[in-house]
Amino acid sequence: MSLMQKHVVFERNSIVLLIGILIVVAIGGLVEIVPLFYLKSTIETVTGMRPYSPLELAGRNIFIREGCYLCHSQMIRPMRDEIERYGHFSLAAESQYDHPFQWGSKRTGPDLARVGGKYSDDWHVAHLIDPRSVVPASVMPPYAFLKDAPLKGDRIAEDMKALRLEGVPYTDEDIANAVADLKAQVNPDGDAEEVIARYPKAVVRDFDGNPNKLSEMDALVAYLQMLGTLVDFSTYDDKANLR
Amino acid sequence: MAHEEIDKVTGVSTTGHEWDGIRELNNPLPRWWLWVFYATIVFAVGYVFVYPAVPLVSSYSKGLLGHSQRASALAETEAGQAARAEVGQQLASASLEEIKNDPKMLEFAMAQGRAAFGDNCAPCHGSGATGSKGYPNLQDDDWLWGGTLADIEHTITVGVRSTSEDTRMNDMPRFGADGLLDAKQIRNVAGYVLSLSGSSIDGADVEAGKEIFAENCTSCHGEDAKGSHELGAPNLTDKVWLYGGDEDSVIYTITHAHRGVMPTWGGKLDPVTIKSLAIYVHDLGGGT
Repeated sequence: MSLMQKHVVFERNSIVLLIGILIVVAIGGLVEIVPLFYLKSTIETVTGMRPYSPLELAGRNIFIREGCYLCHSQMIRPMRDEIERYGHFSLAAESQYDHPFQWGSKRTGPDLARVGGKYSDDWHVAHLIDPRSVVPASVMPPYAFLKDAPLKGDRIAEDMKALRLEGVPYTDEDIANAVADLKAQVNPDGDAEEVIARYPKAVVRDFDGNPNKLSEMDALVAYLQMLGTLVDFSTYDDKANLR
Repeated sequence: MAHEEIDKVTGVSTTGHEWDGIRELNNPLPRWWLWVFYATIVFAVGYVFVYPAVPLVSSYSKGLLGHSQRASALAETEAGQAARAEVGQQLASASLEEIKNDPKMLEFAMAQGRAAFGDNCAPCHGSGATGSKGYPNLQDDDWLWGGTLADIEHTITVGVRSTSEDTRMNDMPRFGADGLLDAKQIRNVAGYVLSLSGSSIDGADVEAGKEIFAENCTSCHGEDAKGSHELGAPNLTDKVWLYGGDEDSVIYTITHAHRGVMPTWGGKLDPVTIKSLAIYVHDLGGGT
């Protein structure tokens, strides 16, 4: 049997084929994936990135629960048209605390990586209650129930502990104050100094327009309003971070 | 192969598989297919050397071409900006009035303003800029913070009740919710306000309402109730209503007040784009 006929061994023996596939995939993984865990150049050096505040994290959990990522990406690709429409392309550093990341793979709706601060809270609330009331051509389903659903924030510390296992640098202090911080961030009349000290640039507001209720709407809008707002691009060096 | 058999009809060897007397021929792959397959392998090897491909110990293989997706995207974006630079730089240094009076710059600003409006402003103000409840109509001649070119440019830059330090800001008191006026007084003053634009409310004492208005409202809305662009207080004598001009809406507004927010665009859009937007919006319904 000539060399060119050796493939018959794989094609006629399923166990040999299976082992062969495993070896090939393992080599691919070792060569292409494993180095990303130790290469320092994978994540850019930026100023301003911090883990999510408890309220933002609760909003992110709702974002994931409702499957927003199925229609909205959070990944501005390095292409001119995307940069002109959405702003600076997304950096790896900006999703370094995302477990799982929300890059998405399909845009039925627009990219949300830098949607923070682009619209008012009122707009987000109106849009989530009835998307077509503000964007007539929208095909997004309504999420009106978020305004009535009370936010179950008492377990947020557990989420933060789980994320810490993944490498998100929450401190013991962050976790001990999680529930208090979560409530303080929706109370503009209260004392929010500690929240802002722990989570710089955190916006303290009543997000859903109903100061008497801590709703899932509060959390989701808080999350949307901080997306892409953390990295200080005035100190970011594009030339040093070309990939 | 122990079971090498030759098919008598075609003269081709069989694979040894047999189904009900039917045997599978072991024809070779078409040559063209095989050569394309080999070509892809050769291409892949070349690609690994030419383009960035393999992560190494402290960095990654950069490839012979030195290609970088980020660099090319930035270069393309810069090239796009350069293509707009000739007129764009004129815009950067020209005053809004100069742009308005120069046909070439005006054409450029209107085109850029229209595109930027669609991307950034249309979600609230509508693609036709006619606004909706809570989001001002920009086509009419009624301006909260002033309708001159400079006013519009400033409003776009700093926003209204935004996160900018210089934001335009006012706070109408919540006359009902905070107990400054009782329900009867609110009804009366609502009746007076609506009477200014020729409407009325059943059971409202307009004269009493006028007195309440003079005591509580004139400092911002003015004695003639025509509002103030400096304070962002709306004109109450016309029929343009941001939050609705029917009885219930006006009473709700006096009771709870509205604090609409427009984001600041100063940090997000470059100054030339903001100028173009100001020109575009002013062209829709701007005043002097």
